[in-house]
Amino acid sequence: MILISIFVALVVALIPLPRELQPFQPDWVLLILMYWSLALPHRVNIGTAWLIGLLMDLAIGSPLGVHSLTYSILVYITASNYQKIRNYSVPQQSLLIALFLALYHLLQFWVSHFLIDIYFLPQYLWPVLTGSLSWVWIFLLLRKYRRHFRIR
Amino acid sequence: MNLLFGRNASLQLRLVIAVVLSGILMVGDKYTSGASTIRTSLNTLVSPLFYFANIPSEFLSWSSQNLESKKQLLAENSLLKTKQLLLNEKLQQFQFLQNENSKLRALLNSTAKPETKKIVTKVLSIHSNTYSQQVVINKGFLDNVIEGQAVVDDLGIVGKVVQVGSTTSRVLLMTDNTHAIPVRVLRNNVRTVVEGVGKLNQVELPHVPHSMDIRMGDILVSSGLGDLFPEGFPVATITKIERDESKPFAKVYAEPIAQLDRIRLLVLLWSQQVKVEKKDE
Repeated sequence: MILISIFVALVVALIPLPRELQPFQPDWVLLILMYWSLALPHRVNIGTAWLIGLLMDLAIGSPLGVHSLTYSILVYITASNYQKIRNYSVPQQSLLIALFLALYHLLQFWVSHFLIDIYFLPQYLWPVLTGSLSWVWIFLLLRKYRRHFRIR
Repeated sequence: MNLLFGRNASLQLRLVIAVVLSGILMVGDKYTSGASTIRTSLNTLVSPLFYFANIPSEFLSWSSQNLESKKQLLAENSLLKTKQLLLNEKLQQFQFLQNENSKLRALLNSTAKPETKKIVTKVLSIHSNTYSQQVVINKGFLDNVIEGQAVVDDLGIVGKVVQVGSTTSRVLLMTDNTHAIPVRVLRNNVRTVVEGVGKLNQVELPHVPHSMDIRMGDILVSSGLGDLFPEGFPVATITKIERDESKPFAKVYAEPIAQLDRIRLLVLLWSQQVKVEKKDE
């Protein structure tokens, strides 16, 4: 059941948006991984994140290892603090997620910068905002999903 | 509930392992080619995802095709017929010129240009890495696609194949900042190089001396040096030249001729070497 939700996220992440909206696309896969690592840290943690990151690298054609590395680090943060983060209200969580996402995008940029010589554009940080806004919906949706299918 | 305890050390260990593995992957990926067996099988692994993600856009284009009115189709048909007529007229000239060219080359004792193998391929609508410019096409090594192959559309050069899977491959666009093409100016055969800068509508010419004869509107065609891109395909038109004598080189910008923002159908070209190899088999 968890894998189905991650698979759906992978497919959605690959569907291209219109060119104007493209910079705003949040990283669905990471958001869903973070949710599962908060809700069920004994089932989804760094190993899963690493594998899914590798799939993501292959699917969107970034240098291998970039997404594996960044997903593992981010899921480490959420999985090791899940008891604290769970106690926050959803808006507070989404602020915290914004912080994590900013870290994620900067890390990813930094690693890619070493590998393929890219330059920083401020628009690379738009997904931080959209991602933290969509966290509220993802959280509520996945909680319903988890409760409905009694995933433990 | 015993899960609550004794987890932290393990998590850190996992993180260290994950980081080390990713590091190995990154280094390994940087120094091996995208056509290695492991890479190809890994790429094949994700190609079902591509076909899933392509379904919505495929459905949209299918429905728009089916909803098109007869009138529109007839209009398009007549337009295409006129276009074909004009092209055929050009083609007659082309065959004559080709014959003449091969005769002249024979007189000069130089080798004639061989015809290369080509196939038409479709671009799958797949979101790619934000940091690099790539598209996914629906042909892979089952169609004999190889790494480094040139890809063109109906107007000019689009890029080259960088990763191959069994039924899909990845094309690096010429505007990506890791891509460069050796070109010459059509007007006077001056040789230079076109580099991508990561923008879809702009490329740059690096290290252009101030004295070089290059003007606005000049057309750059591939020079065939480097044996990757076949000779004579249009690449870009010069749009801007900044000659600041205080700097060592002039800054020259160009615009790609291929419509990179609306590519749908592409042509894959095989260079001659591949053809020779095939004859040997």
